[in-house]
Amino acid sequence: MNTVSPGQYLPETSGDTARMTRHFRAEKFDFSSFFFSGLTGLATLLIIGILVTILTNIIMSGWSGLSWHFVSTIPTKDFFDPATTGILPMIIGTAIRVFLMTIFVIPVGVITAIYLTEYAASNSIITRIIRAAVNNLAGVPSIVFGLFGVGFFINFIGKNMDLVLHNSAAVWGHPALLWASLTLAVMTLPVVIVATEESLKAIQPGLREASLALGATKLETILKIVLPQALPGIMTGGILAVSRAAGEVAPILFTGVAYYMSSVPTHVTDQFMDLGYHVFVLSTQSPNIDQTRPILYATVLVLLALTFALNIVAILIRARVRKKLRSMH
Amino acid sequence: MGIHRGHKARPVEWLAEKFIFLVSLSAIAMVLLIFLFVAREALPVFFGQTNTALIQPVIPTAEMDKHSPAELQQYLELTPEQYKTMDKDTLSALMDVKIEALNDVPDNFRKDPDVKINTSEWKYLIQPHQWSGYPKPEYIWQPVGEIKKFNIIPLFVGTLKTTLIGLLFAVPLAVGAAIYVSQLARPRVREIVKPAIEMLSGIPSVVAGFFALIVMASVLQKVFGYQTRLNAFVAGIALGFAVIPVIFSIAEDALTSVPRAYTQAALALGASRWQTAWQIVLPAALPGVFAATVLGFGRAIGETMIVLMVCSASVMSWSIFDSARSITTTIAAEMGEVVTGGAHYRILFMLGSLLFAATFLSNMAGEVVIHRFKQKLEGKK
Repeated sequence: MNTVSPGQYLPETSGDTARMTRHFRAEKFDFSSFFFSGLTGLATLLIIGILVTILTNIIMSGWSGLSWHFVSTIPTKDFFDPATTGILPMIIGTAIRVFLMTIFVIPVGVITAIYLTEYAASNSIITRIIRAAVNNLAGVPSIVFGLFGVGFFINFIGKNMDLVLHNSAAVWGHPALLWASLTLAVMTLPVVIVATEESLKAIQPGLREASLALGATKLETILKIVLPQALPGIMTGGILAVSRAAGEVAPILFTGVAYYMSSVPTHVTDQFMDLGYHVFVLSTQSPNIDQTRPILYATVLVLLALTFALNIVAILIRARVRKKLRSMH
Repeated sequence: MGIHRGHKARPVEWLAEKFIFLVSLSAIAMVLLIFLFVAREALPVFFGQTNTALIQPVIPTAEMDKHSPAELQQYLELTPEQYKTMDKDTLSALMDVKIEALNDVPDNFRKDPDVKINTSEWKYLIQPHQWSGYPKPEYIWQPVGEIKKFNIIPLFVGTLKTTLIGLLFAVPLAVGAAIYVSQLARPRVREIVKPAIEMLSGIPSVVAGFFALIVMASVLQKVFGYQTRLNAFVAGIALGFAVIPVIFSIAEDALTSVPRAYTQAALALGASRWQTAWQIVLPAALPGVFAATVLGFGRAIGETMIVLMVCSASVMSWSIFDSARSITTTIAAEMGEVVTGGAHYRILFMLGSLLFAATFLSNMAGEVVIHRFKQKLEGKK
């Protein structure tokens, strides 16, 4: 950065070209460039600062409340008491709902991505509609997914299943683990599709051509050559979907989460307790927030550690996929 | 791609391809289903078929046959499917219950002029009304009590307030950071900053809401010295945290995709790095930055947990230091307590479908702008 003051190079009656250039550069460079680079840099710094502040605050305050007893205890109804409470059923509930979601979303997402990259003509109308639908699905508010879960899964599918299978007894037509997982699967479908597509595109076309040239059919090529190569990308998609879903509360509010349950869910029609929802309950409904604060922070720390660990793994794998993609072009 | 073969030559291949195609339609199916099923639950409100008036004309059970099935179904507040499954005995029992309920209204309410009003009519949903006991017409969302008031304008104001504060906070920061990272920063800085901002997007919204509620609200109150600790301002800033990564990543992508020839030409002509970024790259990438803002808007109006945790009272006020209740918050907070199929339930679904429509449109607009922008850049290459 040039640090001369603008006045230093004031043009004399007839300066030579080099001097004029220096004058031009000095006048244009000095202040605005420095100032605005600093300003945008400051914006960047502020964003990083926000992230660091949130993380340090939660880690510093949450660490002390964390103990083996806390993460391995099934609490009683009054889970606001720091001495006896625990979050085991919440961890289990979150894990199960996310696991079920993965089973639903991965096959559908991967197959859609395979269609988009391997089969579809890149500019046909149907491809463009599918892409538009995927983009739109990614932008639907999470609370609308919750409403959809109630309107479609519980009130339509669940109630009709009861009508046909159980003679109108309420077995399926109420909030349950299954419906929450399905709602989350619909929500995370775009995440899996986009990540898988990215990794499919990163595979060298030469590999496919070589396989086809050796006499393999298209399906064989996809199953034996393309998919194994795309595995890291599919994993990234799955992990990102899991980390997104693990922290979401709005879609499960009325599709399956319970305020309190004395045991862990054993069947897909059971309701469940959830880490994210527990954070919400602890921070908004506590009778004495000062007393609850340590366990609240500890719960947040567990949730954050869970989603961040997953995120970091996904970011690392994706960085490798992208590097490969860039080296091809 | 490649040579087309008849399906008889390779039936398994043919079947697999069709199967893959069918599965790939699921994304389209889901968008349609979401629209269909959210709107379906809301239809009676759109057509004015719900009735919340406490005193209605009573249909005596004996006169059941004189009325059409459609009238009865509406009178008993049933869905068509529910109505179909019921036989005549059940229906007449329901009618007795209804008459009992209608007669159950306390006497002191009968004199109130508001009890005859169907508050779920569009007139009362969007226009101010002078409720008894109020000195002037007002916009009120108050779905509890004897007379339920469903004016949705305060919710729209609440949503706009929090969303706009969020965007005013997030857009300058995110776009500034995008300019810095894509144009001015050294590669090593870029490699640290980009994943860090991606990590910010990994913070669950319930955690952002928690942070705003427990830590930020008190700090901001100390700094700005306003009255209400939990208000639209705090919620808006916390919304900004959720929106910054969205705007940043799209804007950064748009700025990076401006052809290098532009930058190189500008630098060769003697422009400084900042002049190149501000006067050449940013104008070229402006549609992308605009699209980023639109998509950020879509994310902000759809955000639920942050606003739900930080502020909740529905007050009709444009002041950013008053509380605000957004549309998403209303749905999240009240859905658990409503009677399935009732007017309140349907109005919440109606709000949901409006929200879906708003985000659908902003997403579409954002996508179209980005698509054109990319095509324009590619055409000029």
